[in-house]
Amino acid sequence: MWVLSFGYESSFAPPSVLPDISPTRGVPNAAPKTWLSCQCCAMTRALILLRRRLVGSIFVLLIVVVGTFLLLEAAPGDAVDAYIVSTGGDAGMIELLRHRWGLDQSELTRLANYLWALLHLDLGQSVTFSRPIRDVILERLPTTLLLMGSATALSFGLGSALGIYAGARPGSFRDRFLSIGSLALYAVPGFWLGLVLIIVFAVDLRWFPIGGIESIASGKTGLDRAADIARHLVLPVSALGFIYLALYLRMMRAGMAEVWRQDFVLAARARGLSRQRIVLAHVARNALLPLVTMLGLQSAQMLGGSVVIESVFSVPGLGRLAQEAVAARDTPLLLGIILVSAVLVVIVNLLVDIAYAFLDPRVGASEAGA
Amino acid sequence: MSEFTISRRTMLAGSALLLASTAMPTIGWAQTPKKGGRLVVAADSEPRNLNPAIVASNGVFFISSKIVETLAEASFDGKDGLDPRLALSWEGDADGLSVTFKLREGVKWHDGKPFTSADVAFSALQVWKPLQNLGRTVFKDLEAVDTPDEATAVFKFAKPTPFQLIRNALPALTSVVPKHIYETGKIEDNPANNAPVGTGPFKFAEYKPGEYYRLEKNTDYWGKDQPYLDEIIYQVLPDRTSAASALEAEEIQLAAFSAVPLADLDRISKVPGLKVITKGYEALTYQLIVEINHRRKELADLKVRQAIAHAIDKDFVVKTVFLGYAATATGPVPKNDPQFYTADVPTYDFDVAKANALLDEAGYSRGDDGKRFSLKLLPAPYFNETKQFGDYLRQALAAIGIDAQLVNNDSAAHIKAVYTDHAFDLAVGPPVFRGDPAISTTILVQSGIPDGVPFSNQGGYKNAELDALIAKASETLDTAARTELYKEFQRKVAADLPLINVAEWSFISVARDTVKNIANNPRWAVSNWADTWLEA
Repeated sequence: MWVLSFGYESSFAPPSVLPDISPTRGVPNAAPKTWLSCQCCAMTRALILLRRRLVGSIFVLLIVVVGTFLLLEAAPGDAVDAYIVSTGGDAGMIELLRHRWGLDQSELTRLANYLWALLHLDLGQSVTFSRPIRDVILERLPTTLLLMGSATALSFGLGSALGIYAGARPGSFRDRFLSIGSLALYAVPGFWLGLVLIIVFAVDLRWFPIGGIESIASGKTGLDRAADIARHLVLPVSALGFIYLALYLRMMRAGMAEVWRQDFVLAARARGLSRQRIVLAHVARNALLPLVTMLGLQSAQMLGGSVVIESVFSVPGLGRLAQEAVAARDTPLLLGIILVSAVLVVIVNLLVDIAYAFLDPRVGASEAGA
Repeated sequence: MSEFTISRRTMLAGSALLLASTAMPTIGWAQTPKKGGRLVVAADSEPRNLNPAIVASNGVFFISSKIVETLAEASFDGKDGLDPRLALSWEGDADGLSVTFKLREGVKWHDGKPFTSADVAFSALQVWKPLQNLGRTVFKDLEAVDTPDEATAVFKFAKPTPFQLIRNALPALTSVVPKHIYETGKIEDNPANNAPVGTGPFKFAEYKPGEYYRLEKNTDYWGKDQPYLDEIIYQVLPDRTSAASALEAEEIQLAAFSAVPLADLDRISKVPGLKVITKGYEALTYQLIVEINHRRKELADLKVRQAIAHAIDKDFVVKTVFLGYAATATGPVPKNDPQFYTADVPTYDFDVAKANALLDEAGYSRGDDGKRFSLKLLPAPYFNETKQFGDYLRQALAAIGIDAQLVNNDSAAHIKAVYTDHAFDLAVGPPVFRGDPAISTTILVQSGIPDGVPFSNQGGYKNAELDALIAKASETLDTAARTELYKEFQRKVAADLPLINVAEWSFISVARDTVKNIANNPRWAVSNWADTWLEA
């Protein structure tokens, strides 16, 4: 599905930005200069955008919260049903539990209570952990951010670099090889790639630990601890990052193939610019814009992907917590996780929009002018 | 014929037990235990409440039985199948109204305070009886606990309670918690529920959610020279495949409770340094049963239930679903139970022709499409094996013209559908046999249980004769007479088929060769591991 949309994405965004930039004769760094001169109006545009998006985000989050609540309520069985699977118990005990966990109240009352507490920035109490949800989530959030951030950096960095390499000569052997190779990786299910990495690099070669986020009760601190965490992250980050690598690679490559056909590239060639300069400063730079959009979209997908990867590598992150919350029918906990994830995605997309405002003069220009 | 096979099997099991008991001391004698070391164990779940006095379940015991001790532990060769722990002896009065426990002296809680009979009285009256999932049944008539001195606790019952039942309940139901920690505030909200304080060989040290639990040695433990290990780590490995990989990569040394899937056992048993152990779970037997909704007209007919029983090839199930790590079942008490099991019950051999004939007789002839009727089949999702047996049962029923539609749910949804909404015709369930029919199997047959009680008779089955039998057994004090009543119960259940018992199985451990003294009691995985040691 993503692959199909590449052509469309790349055909509308970059080329129209180009004409003002490239004909500036004999000035190699022409592009940044044009943008720099418009720095202040870009800032205003960014602020306007921010304001508009923040108002929109609140509605998005409200819809997310109510929707999730209703969905989880529609699932058969409640937190007590999930709990007694492992304990059993008589009717009196079950009634007692329902009362203690507030499940004897109607759905509407519980939703209203939840929203009221949320208004006071209180995420409530988890029934599974008997602890404030804020604490449970804050404990796991850094791990997931670290995992997701590293994986996004890997797929974006390596993906676009390989995309440039492939796109420098569209249709060449290396282009074909990389495109097919990355697509094959993209087609692989995440858990399977994770398992293969574990068997090869953790069980057979024993280069990396099999899972977890750091060595158990090792007493390591400072740099030692950082190195230990990094060692634990190598396999899960690779598993998560390699899958999405294809997206950036293909997008970069497709964008570049498009740009190669532009007149200004021909002009640059005629001016006798080196091939390397044409590839990096003119073709790749102009193909980069849609990748930034993709980065925003991808952040949401990565959260989903981390559910599987976190389970396979026993990483104590948000994804696994979400899965446990669903299985335990811990509605408030799941709502908290989804809310935090939604906020994360909104923030990333805001950053992307702001980056866009700086990169593309048309974004937000209409309001700034009015 | 069939009786001969079974008695031979029982004899074999008996001699295996004998062999095991003679072999054990030899192993202990040949090697002197070494002190020290960290044992890393796979854990597949993180119980929300670690207090075994409130939640008597294997998931909780797996971790907290090392921290909080019970009055007695199950044993292969001890008297009544028990080994003393916090209690040294137990004596029941003839009238069934009191049981006297002599307690171990000089035992200290992990915080240094002395353990006394007051702690036992507090645990029994304030925790087991009102709060514990199983204690609420067994100790329902417990009225008072007298403590004439610090080392004696006398349980007083309002109604005669069979001593045999109390004895059988000791290993799982009698975790003693410290009174001085629990007497202030609500017991359910006490922070010690998540960081237990006990008298056991290991102290609770640390819990990192999603990562591990760490227990450390109790240097003041009452057992001489025990424990041997310095530390036990429970590493949380939520993925089914990771325990096997972690064993191979030598990151963990033990995976209990079948954390390694059955299908992997053959391969992993060939890995040098790893061994597959099937012992140590004898008192934790699970029963594979077909739960039947008797509200369904067809299933209320005994002939139909008999036909279903004849349609199931139990040997095939044991061989294919359990890969041989199980035994076929004859009735509601598992064969490996030393006290109650009887083989003298009606049996249903695998016979598709007979099953078809029974259904024809019952008046459910095949339609033009070859189907007699269709029904909803809900396999419990908690074990791979229950799901696989669900697939098998669908095929087995197809062979006799019953069209079973599989409904797959997750755990919470399954519990709700079967035990609250009764939205099933047949369900596959894995109830646990807890060593006494009064606290396990009878609840699946007895009528009058309110809706919503899990793992109980929610199929609308009502048999006054069986109800009377169960009630009588629950107040019969004489051990032999009580045992005989439960044998009668097995015969009646096998004859009337309120449910169909298919197989019995237990768990498998996989461990490194270096882990010693494994599986030396029938509840080993959930016992205190005071004598477990690591070879350097």
